[in-house]
Amino acid sequence: MNTMLKVSALLMVAFLCAVGCGGRKEAVTLAGSTAFQPFAEKLADQYMSQHPGATVSVQGGGSTVGIQSALQGTVQIGMADLVQLPADAKTLTATVVARDGVAIIVHPSNAITNLTTDQVRDIFNGKITNWKMVGGADHSITVVSREAGSGTRSSFEQIVGGVHLSASALVQDSNGTIRETVANDPNAMGYLSHGLLNKNIRDVPVDGFACTTANVSGGRYKLVRPVFFLTRSDVSSAARDFMAFVLSDVGQEQIRKDGLLSAK
Amino acid sequence: MKRIDEIIARPLLAAIAFSALASLLLIAVFILKEGLPFMARIGFRDFLGSSDWQPQEGHFGIFPMIVASLGVTLGAMAIGAPLGIAGAIFLCEFVPRPVMRTVKPAIELLAGIPSVVFGFLGVMVLAPLVRTHFGGPGLSLLTAAIILGIMVLPTVTSISADAIMAVPGAFREGALALGATRWQSVYMVILKAARSGIIASVILAMGRAIGETMAVIMVAGNTVRVPHSALDPVCTLTAKIAMEMASASGLHRQSLFAIGVVLFVVIMILNALAMTAIRSRKGASS
Amino acid sequence: MRLLSPKQAQRMAIGILGLATFAILSVLVFIIGFVLNKGLPVVSWAFLSEAPSDMGRAGGIFPILITTLLLPLLALAVAMPLGVGTAVYLAEYTRETRMTRIIRFGTDCLAGVPSILFGLFGFIFFVVMLGFGWSLLSGSLTLAIMVLPTLIRTSEEAIRTVPDAYREVSCSMGATRWQTVWRVILPNALPGIATGVMLSIGRCIGETAAVIFTAGSVLGRHVPSSLFDSSRTMAVHFYLLAREGISNEYAYGTAAVMILAVLMVNLVAYWMMHAFIRRRAR
Repeated sequence: MNTMLKVSALLMVAFLCAVGCGGRKEAVTLAGSTAFQPFAEKLADQYMSQHPGATVSVQGGGSTVGIQSALQGTVQIGMADLVQLPADAKTLTATVVARDGVAIIVHPSNAITNLTTDQVRDIFNGKITNWKMVGGADHSITVVSREAGSGTRSSFEQIVGGVHLSASALVQDSNGTIRETVANDPNAMGYLSHGLLNKNIRDVPVDGFACTTANVSGGRYKLVRPVFFLTRSDVSSAARDFMAFVLSDVGQEQIRKDGLLSAK
Repeated sequence: MKRIDEIIARPLLAAIAFSALASLLLIAVFILKEGLPFMARIGFRDFLGSSDWQPQEGHFGIFPMIVASLGVTLGAMAIGAPLGIAGAIFLCEFVPRPVMRTVKPAIELLAGIPSVVFGFLGVMVLAPLVRTHFGGPGLSLLTAAIILGIMVLPTVTSISADAIMAVPGAFREGALALGATRWQSVYMVILKAARSGIIASVILAMGRAIGETMAVIMVAGNTVRVPHSALDPVCTLTAKIAMEMASASGLHRQSLFAIGVVLFVVIMILNALAMTAIRSRKGASS
Repeated sequence: MRLLSPKQAQRMAIGILGLATFAILSVLVFIIGFVLNKGLPVVSWAFLSEAPSDMGRAGGIFPILITTLLLPLLALAVAMPLGVGTAVYLAEYTRETRMTRIIRFGTDCLAGVPSILFGLFGFIFFVVMLGFGWSLLSGSLTLAIMVLPTLIRTSEEAIRTVPDAYREVSCSMGATRWQTVWRVILPNALPGIATGVMLSIGRCIGETAAVIFTAGSVLGRHVPSSLFDSSRTMAVHFYLLAREGISNEYAYGTAAVMILAVLMVNLVAYWMMHAFIRRRAR
């Protein structure tokens, strides 16, 4: 019994040493926008398969998390997709790596064909509370929004303008969660990054234009925001290499293929 | 001549105990140090009484969230406490001992299921049901209360069952000898004797319900507004901390610690109540 | 209640109580059955041994499994010596004073603190202030502090239930206090301590709030190879897959593995506790 204890204790210590001896590698760490997170992960995968030995790890949290963690040095690169960066991000270097549209989404069973920007504003402000007021069925609208630190939310609110979120709106903490909530509720309406649209929800044309790649790059669809990579001046060279990859033709092609717009 | 291990044992263990307690103290002090000055600066009345939560504009009123946490917890106990106590009574008094010995651990298994699983089932199964049959968005105070009620069932059942089992057999035998039916012996004698243990189980379950975060984020809707009905979406204290923690800075971050202080104080009060209940039981039956 | 005879009242009571018990059990069966029904078909050797791909829509959960094993192990590596040592000190080397009562109240309180507060503390202290970043290190240290109060409490109880006779006999044979602790008391308290350890492991496996903000949520292809790497546990993976609608199928699969793991840990803990009680009775 005693020897068994000693042996298992030694094994555990050896195991833990093996884990701990990885040391602080030159890992490239990213955090921030949940809208760009899946694309960043795909780019990271591609980069790591082309550069064995490199480690790129991606987390979400929202654009403000991206800004805060880049400022504090918790990560190398902060991802933020805001129309306008806040004041405390001025010390960071902002590089545009992609552009993304913000779609207005509803449940697939919702037959609404178009909404004007004013109608969108009034719905999110809580002035329009029933679908029949905009030409839909007689049912109350469930507004779904992001939390305060979201880049998608502040881009949406800044472009639409004059949005003071209704007190009865549901709040969810990532793009994917909004998509799921709207997909499960026939009366819901929310906003979603263009790159995350799928067949579980419907995107509603705004002012006559649907959120398609063509309309966004052609400037007809107005809800567009840039995706920034934010870095401090002391960013590691490994991170710089990854950023160069993302901005390269290969990276930008991957971004286009996945459904976003390239930086240019 | 003292052995070497005896010489170092006491101071070493004292040092270990000290560092363990120091790290526990660290977290308590940390939360208080960040949260209390904030509450003093904003003012207790504004912090606890205002319904205006707009961190960007410097408004930190957590009243809707206090209402939400209380509502969800009380709702959960309204479901979990009667069911749990009833289950405990049934298992201990009206079912053969071997059956109880297999069923009780099975119910305690419920306690091991991660809260996110409950939350997900709440979103996929319960919320649509609430939406179609009761109205509202489905993600609501009611849904959260039901899910939490289910989550605290094993706590209430298990601890109440322990309390009921701890009642001396003589109490039962005495009541039966006097001609009582089993049910009469339960509600006239046994429940009164086990009362403090049962109360302790309810209080401990309340503590767990107030502290639950992940399941609540998934099903409650996270709307910062005092609910007008149980079908309204709400945001509890714990959910607010979780949702804004990573992106908060400066005063906003301190406000989250202040919410933590509120939670801390509530848990401490609940714990003290539970312990006085348990102690009074020990005093009464000795 | 003259309307019903005692016998009728009893029949009604049994009916209602039985209904309540049936309700509890059906909820339990429904939850476990539902998850296992949807999740077990997904669980295969490939699922358990491959790395995830396409954000978790394909592949397996191997690195996630390893992280789920690693975090509690690392946390216990810190918390066990601290916890058992503190328990030994409180039970064997001190008298019952006001100080020990305050300490016990404090540890009991901290055992009840919501895990999100540990997550908040861990995030601000380990991830940001100490600069560990989102990493296994931050996660395990946070979990260690989280399970420490429970470990201290259960270990102290286990030590206290060792009969004084053992201590007296050991002393009368000339053993020092430390020898008594190490050779007599701890081996006898081991099942009780082990139960506390198992329960802590179970808690760590299902823990999401404290882990997601400290260990992070990186979905890597490789098993984390350094304490400073970030990775996901099964609970976090399930939460993200389910919540963001990435793959309900794989979410259920992860949940099934998670529930089976927790079931196993609980069974082992229960068996140990019974071995403990049986030993006491001897």
